[in-house]
Amino acid sequence: MPKDLVSIKDISKEETEALIDTALSFKAVLRRDIKKVPALRGKTVVNLFFEPSTRTKTSFELAEKRLSLDVINFAVSSSSVVKGESLLDTVRTIESYGIDYLVIRHPSSGVPHFIAKQTHASVVNAGDGINEHPTQALLDAVTMKERKGGVKGLEVAIVGDILHSRVARSNVDCLMKLGASVRLVGPPTLIPLNPPAGVKVYYDMDDGIRGADVVMMLRIQLERQGKSFFPSTKEFFKYWGLSAERLVLADKDALVMHPGPMNRGIEIASDVADCPQSVILEQVTNGIAVRMAVIYMLQ
Amino acid sequence: MMNKELLNKQDIERILSRIAHEIMEKNKGPEKLCLVGIQRGGVHIAHRLSARIDMIEHVSVPVGSLDISLYRDDISRRKKLPIVRKTDIPFDISEKVIVLVDDVLFTGRSIRAALDALMDFGRPAQIQLAVLIDRGHRELPIRADYVGKNIPTARNENIEVQLEEESAEEKVVLISGE
Amino acid sequence: MMMDKRTHIRNGRIIDPAQGMDGYGDLIVEDGLIAEVCIKGAETPRKKQSASAANPGGERIIDARGMLVIPGLVDMHTHLREPGFEYKETIKTGTMAGIRGGFTSLCPMPNTNPVNDNPTVAAFVIKKAMAEGYCSVFPIGAITKGQHGQELAEMGLMQEIGCVAYSDDGRPVMNALVMRRALEYTKAFTFPLIAHCEDLSLSDDGVMNEGHISTHLGLKGVPAAAEEVMISRDIMLAKVTGGKLHIAHVSTRGSVELIRRAKSEGISITAETCPHYFSITERAVLGFDTNAKVNPPLRTDDDVAAIKEGLKDGTIDVIATDHAPHHADEKILEFDRAPSGISGLETALALSLTLVTEGVLTINQLLEKMALNPSRILGIERGTLKTAAVADVVIIDVEKEFIVNPDTFASKGKNTPFRGWTLKGVPSVVISKGRIYDNVEWKGANG
Repeated sequence: MPKDLVSIKDISKEETEALIDTALSFKAVLRRDIKKVPALRGKTVVNLFFEPSTRTKTSFELAEKRLSLDVINFAVSSSSVVKGESLLDTVRTIESYGIDYLVIRHPSSGVPHFIAKQTHASVVNAGDGINEHPTQALLDAVTMKERKGGVKGLEVAIVGDILHSRVARSNVDCLMKLGASVRLVGPPTLIPLNPPAGVKVYYDMDDGIRGADVVMMLRIQLERQGKSFFPSTKEFFKYWGLSAERLVLADKDALVMHPGPMNRGIEIASDVADCPQSVILEQVTNGIAVRMAVIYMLQ
Repeated sequence: MMNKELLNKQDIERILSRIAHEIMEKNKGPEKLCLVGIQRGGVHIAHRLSARIDMIEHVSVPVGSLDISLYRDDISRRKKLPIVRKTDIPFDISEKVIVLVDDVLFTGRSIRAALDALMDFGRPAQIQLAVLIDRGHRELPIRADYVGKNIPTARNENIEVQLEEESAEEKVVLISGE
Repeated sequence: MMMDKRTHIRNGRIIDPAQGMDGYGDLIVEDGLIAEVCIKGAETPRKKQSASAANPGGERIIDARGMLVIPGLVDMHTHLREPGFEYKETIKTGTMAGIRGGFTSLCPMPNTNPVNDNPTVAAFVIKKAMAEGYCSVFPIGAITKGQHGQELAEMGLMQEIGCVAYSDDGRPVMNALVMRRALEYTKAFTFPLIAHCEDLSLSDDGVMNEGHISTHLGLKGVPAAAEEVMISRDIMLAKVTGGKLHIAHVSTRGSVELIRRAKSEGISITAETCPHYFSITERAVLGFDTNAKVNPPLRTDDDVAAIKEGLKDGTIDVIATDHAPHHADEKILEFDRAPSGISGLETALALSLTLVTEGVLTINQLLEKMALNPSRILGIERGTLKTAAVADVVIIDVEKEFIVNPDTFASKGKNTPFRGWTLKGVPSVVISKGRIYDNVEWKGANG
């Protein structure tokens, strides 16, 4: 296993599978009465978040605490970054605290890659710009494996704002590596002009989710409205929203996934989000297990 | 490298029967008794002990499996990553007599980790330790309650317990290094 | 550096496209001018003599056997950063970098602080260059005040001071009407406008070429269309107005095709590209290397092929460096926050010589694009070895290999994606306005 997890592209199929299996072992730990293990006792992690995040940060923090890490949160609002300190100086300062792991979220693509080269600590990418969110892809794979017995051979439709989605970018690579077929579905304005090799692109959602084993909805960033990506959320929902009527086009046992937070009624109908096929809350639980596995396994 | 067979399949079976009897004798019957095997060899041995106790006393003693990799004290020295295997203790261990089962007792560090792990599952009335082989070289004050066979070894030697469950020819082998 | 009364360069292969000259012979520099060029025909055998020596009569003799003797290169697209950004580069260090790279004339772009949009700043640049510069400096003024793209700058008055062209380089003149007026205005004068062609609404804060690599890296892409749309507009405006237009740093196939068509229709435009647009592609960005961040962005293999075709068939007239030095602290940043630019003066010649090795250009054509054509476009009397011309002469050892090491650059800007490349072609001796710089000797002292 490498020192860092900055990109899902950096880990092999075997390593990806090992991470998924280890995550499933950790999931059992999370079901115990005492959910903490002393695995990384005496080690320190800094959660360096340059972008507001409640969910991912909470998930990482919980995962770290379950592993008995000492956790320090370094949020941008309280950091010296706002005072004009360079990113590199911030990282060097933090490294001088003597830390072992650095979890980074940053609005610029490539920052975790940049930092990983500058520090001895193990760097985990918690989302960089529109580039990657590797632990999200892994937790999605864990959820699929748990529910479907495996990822290989699954037809996975990823729907919505593909262009700006780090979740989609990491998922495409992870899923294809594990042998799934990936479809990208959404308005042409929100799908890259040069999609990754091997994926199928659909502008028509009915075609895009027909027979799919997994329908993964992405969050529509509401600030994209008014930037000519789509005319209105109402029109978006009509053509690319997941309604109950549309879901029947997918396989009857299709899983409905969403990385959260959801915009109910914009990309996903409220009743679909809560339907028995929805595994959205399981994704959240698996997120903790996956992040434990990742931090535990990095070397 | 030199391999020397120390026990064969029959030897192992005799030893396990004896330990099963000893466990019954010491605990005056199977009530409140549970077996917890340490991954991986200990789990198979625990299941076999349970089966033998069933034969002797006609009661089924519950068996759990315990993975100790998250409780080890050598995480920062690891070269190869320990695979986290399944921990499955499908019963409440509180107020129970737990017999912890492992294949080889060596430095005692695994048992220390297993004790810590068990404590996270509840507060047993008592914990006993059963091992197939005790090869000496203890680094912690730990002693087994039931020992299949004491085998004096050198530190650079290795004991390998091969079991049928791992689809191997069943035997215990002493491997001499260099 | 030294100034001899008379310098005699012997036995080199003298090439001067302006005179159609290419042959072995001697060149004599006297009082800062080219005194005499004498082509003898065949190469004469080497005599036992040191490569460069001053004889008792005060004549310095440089043995150029096995070397090319060419006009000093003219870079019509340079950023010297002074005034305002002296931590990135100064006129002194930038012109030194020019000498190291074989350039004897540099044309600094106006995006300094303050912007060179008035005669005062222009005069400062020229005065500073006279005092501290190692080579000639011909400033380029801004088209619009503050490069804001709204009001025309005093292009006429700046020309009086010595500006040779106008550009809002770094940013386009987005308002088509302003660009139309500027092009019209040039007709009263002789200077060209140099257009940085980028439709900002299309590039939309993109940081690299839009394509598979940008998708792969999750970096926001700049489509080729952002450049091509603007080139189309400016070609139309040049056609309508008859103004003198030069298109800066062409990077895409579409741009080459647009310019080729415009030229075939008789529209009077010229165009340049830079070494990085025919030497590397967007793949250089992999790993988020900010040294490969440049505007316009590095493109694809197909674009590189098209740029070479454009150079070969004359669609692209000029190879300029777009030398854009930055401080190391600015490049070691988030990719989207790092500034664009490559420190190019000290690698441009060697990178361009690979075009000769590959058979894209002859050495004569290369010299047209790096010395003669820019001089003609700018209307400066450089880029030639004619008798009585200013003595800007470069002696190149074309066979000499070197490994690019920005740490030894004379430029303050160490930002180059070519670190570690092995290149061929070293300007061993550079004569600028009669002053002799021995790069090999100097490198020995400084490298």
